[in-house]
Amino acid sequence: MLPRYFPLFPESASTLSTRVDLLYFFILAVTIFFTTLVALLICVFAVKYRKDKHPVPVQIHGSIPLEIFWTLVPLGIAMIIFAWGAVLFFQERRPPKSAMTIYGVGKQWMWKFEHPGGQREINNLHVPVGYPVRMTLISQDVIHDFFVPVFRTQMDVLPGRYTQVWFQATKPGTYHLFCNQYCGTNHSQMVGEVTAMPYDDYQQWLRGSGAFGSLATEGQKVFASMGCPTCHTGADNARGPNLYNLYGHLARLSDGSAVSVDEAYIRESVLNPSAKIVYGFQNIMPTFQGQLNEDEMIQLIEYIKSLTYNGQLLQLQTNTQQEPPVNLDKIQKGIDVTKPGTNTIQMPRTSAVPPAEPAVEPNPTEPAPRGAVVPGRKNAPAKPNAAGKGAAPQGEQQ
Amino acid sequence: MSTATVAPAALEMPADTYLNSSFGIKSWFLTKDHKRIALMYLVSISLFFLFGGTMAVLMRLELLTPAGDLFQSDTYNKLFTMHGIVMVFFFLVPSIPATLGNFVLPMMIGARDLAFPKINLASWYIFMIGACFTFSAIISGGVDTGWTFYTPLSTQYLNTHVIAAALGIMIAGFASIFTGLNFIVTTHRMRAPGMTWFRLPLFVWSQYAVSIVMVLATPVLAITLILVALERGFHIGIFNPQLGGDPVLFQHMFWFYSHPAVYIMILPGFGVISEVIPCFSRKRIFGYSAVAFSSMAIGVFGFLVWAHHMFVAGISTYSALVFSLLTFIIAIPSAIKVFNWTATMYKGSIHFDTPMLYAIAFIGLFTIGGLTGLFLAALGVDVHVTATYFVVAHFHYVMVGGMLVAYLSGLHFWWPKITGRMYPEPPAKLSALITFIGFNLTFFPQFVLGYMGMPRRYHVYPPEFQVLNVLSTAGASVLAVGLLMPMFYMLWSLKYGEIAGNNPYRATGLEWQTTSPPPTHNFHETPIVTRDAYDYESLTEEVEVVG
Repeated sequence: MLPRYFPLFPESASTLSTRVDLLYFFILAVTIFFTTLVALLICVFAVKYRKDKHPVPVQIHGSIPLEIFWTLVPLGIAMIIFAWGAVLFFQERRPPKSAMTIYGVGKQWMWKFEHPGGQREINNLHVPVGYPVRMTLISQDVIHDFFVPVFRTQMDVLPGRYTQVWFQATKPGTYHLFCNQYCGTNHSQMVGEVTAMPYDDYQQWLRGSGAFGSLATEGQKVFASMGCPTCHTGADNARGPNLYNLYGHLARLSDGSAVSVDEAYIRESVLNPSAKIVYGFQNIMPTFQGQLNEDEMIQLIEYIKSLTYNGQLLQLQTNTQQEPPVNLDKIQKGIDVTKPGTNTIQMPRTSAVPPAEPAVEPNPTEPAPRGAVVPGRKNAPAKPNAAGKGAAPQGEQQ
Repeated sequence: MSTATVAPAALEMPADTYLNSSFGIKSWFLTKDHKRIALMYLVSISLFFLFGGTMAVLMRLELLTPAGDLFQSDTYNKLFTMHGIVMVFFFLVPSIPATLGNFVLPMMIGARDLAFPKINLASWYIFMIGACFTFSAIISGGVDTGWTFYTPLSTQYLNTHVIAAALGIMIAGFASIFTGLNFIVTTHRMRAPGMTWFRLPLFVWSQYAVSIVMVLATPVLAITLILVALERGFHIGIFNPQLGGDPVLFQHMFWFYSHPAVYIMILPGFGVISEVIPCFSRKRIFGYSAVAFSSMAIGVFGFLVWAHHMFVAGISTYSALVFSLLTFIIAIPSAIKVFNWTATMYKGSIHFDTPMLYAIAFIGLFTIGGLTGLFLAALGVDVHVTATYFVVAHFHYVMVGGMLVAYLSGLHFWWPKITGRMYPEPPAKLSALITFIGFNLTFFPQFVLGYMGMPRRYHVYPPEFQVLNVLSTAGASVLAVGLLMPMFYMLWSLKYGEIAGNNPYRATGLEWQTTSPPPTHNFHETPIVTRDAYDYESLTEEVEVVG
């Protein structure tokens, strides 16, 4: 089998890969056309106007119409490729809202992956076929790059900052995972495998891979051991902001701006708390720089993501993706979210497993900024967190 | 060939040349003659090229097999780092400007020398001091940062001689600033009477554009490398997140120089091709002002596209959009040039001397190099191919297929002017052909490898990539033969080459009006320019009248 030992084109195994290939072939056609054109012209001229055949040259100064022609035509083609590439790029860079999250940590010279259920892998990544997967990536040392050629996507893995990449595998198989940013001695051995498997097999794999506890439950322990509950009590008069239902929403800051609460923001708030002060709070939180490793940070983030209105830990769920920040437009429309009634948190009293202090109903007479969390919508608790396409396949968890 | 037709009578070497005006080591190392300085540069960068080429051959040998069986990983990493650093900073950047540019630019505009001869000499010394630093790092164990010095790898995690190598590059950068400064002032102030801006040969236009880029961009590289040294030496947090820095900031600063730098490398090549093609087509260049302005446009836009190296590095999606758009726009001036060169051959009377063979190879290879840039500029595809062998292939099509081939074209073209003797045609043509074949065999398979997903800088690779790697290594050995041949026959020609005469190719251009080799002050009388550049029309008339 020639293709097996001498492959000339990579396998296509994600929803994006065929789209990337399509644009690739378009540019390839443009390349072949112009290369052939130029080569052909040169060959024809070289033969036809060689000095033996054509001893007296004809002096031509140039031609403005021709210059305009060969400026505008390539420009037009370039703009088509640009627009096409840009549209594709937005698809590549924006994971579907329903995507499940898997964490990847790069270090010299290995990959660690952590599933929200607590399953851990080294240099091997199991993903279900047919479901979008969002990788949240971070490095413990230098810059690495998460590159899966058959998925036609990659992303640099930076130290100190989360980046993300997503893909949806389309066929089961075992594929190369490369580090594609030079990272020192064993850069070329920082390779792994992505195993895409049918959903049922994936579930079985999750169950069989002996997790000690979900990232969120581990994160709860980190939360307690670091003393976070001392201030983040969830009470109205607490020294730290309430963390319930924070993730995926907007937090209002003391400088009047708002920030979308995502993994990067939570990370920054733990390691560099004074960078962004939530409205109505003092800059009193100490930094936890150097006290948490990347694994603990991920667990902590998963824990905070799991804190929802009804206070239930979404443990053992693979998908903890929450509703997107939906009231950005509210702020953009100029509604003062600090006014009572616009920013009150409808914190139910039914917190089943309050990790710290039980959540307290905010006092409606007091100005709301204490909560500092802008709810996605007023009756949000009614909407279960696990709703949405991505959560559906989770099925029964242990 | 052309020599035989033009020079029926036996030619004699001129009595008074820059080569025999004075003798002794001091007459070279303390010279202020731009031609002698150019030769000193030529010898230096040829040695550096040999060194960088050797590194490349060793890398290709290692990549014959998927396993890392020839070198250890650290050694391999040092090989590609030293190949990159030496080839980029000590060969490609100074190659055409400091050698051919230094030699012919003053003559092309009818000047006796560059505006600042002492600064020109200082530039060579600074270049060599920089080279001493970098080579001391190489000799004392090597560097393995990659030529890009990405942080925090370079500032914290490697134990090699990063600071010495970086300082060497920084110091050598001042050499290009000096050269650029000299060219700008010379072009403005020292043109012969009648040499208006639009009578300048296009080689001068391209040197002028490149000089501006050198003067403006190189300081940023110096700053960046100093910051790397500060962080590495004194733990001042700039790029390392553990010290409160931002690793992506380094990439912005590095590419703010290093993207314009690729235009520093290729623009002079455009200049050479714009000289060679009209000469051997016996015809005016097609669209003089389009070619001249496209050089300037490349110089300006070259500053605005640096982040296209960083589409997956964590920059914002919208800024990626802007950089992609600007990258597509900068592709257009290069396309304009290619079309104009091709059109210049139309209805010419084409002579296939070696410089022309290289120039034709240049057009083809640069076209492929340029068009493959579209894959990388297109955001959606770049996400797949960036940092793979596709980039390696694209870069080498532009830098070797483009720049190096243009340099060889120019070197053969002006060799009779530099030495007074012709290179031997048959081996030169053969070497051009071998270079062309070897080059394509080396780098074309790398496009395929890249799209397959083989990452660059891999010492060990999965076995399915082997066949293409073997092809590439085979090509590299052919290419090495093609590139070594000129060294031998050109040295041979110094003694045994045919005597060239003033103008063996019957080219226009003031440098051909003086003797070969020229006298120390270039012209016995200051030339007065009455014609446009590439006025081959009048030249053929003259020849007809005389002959």
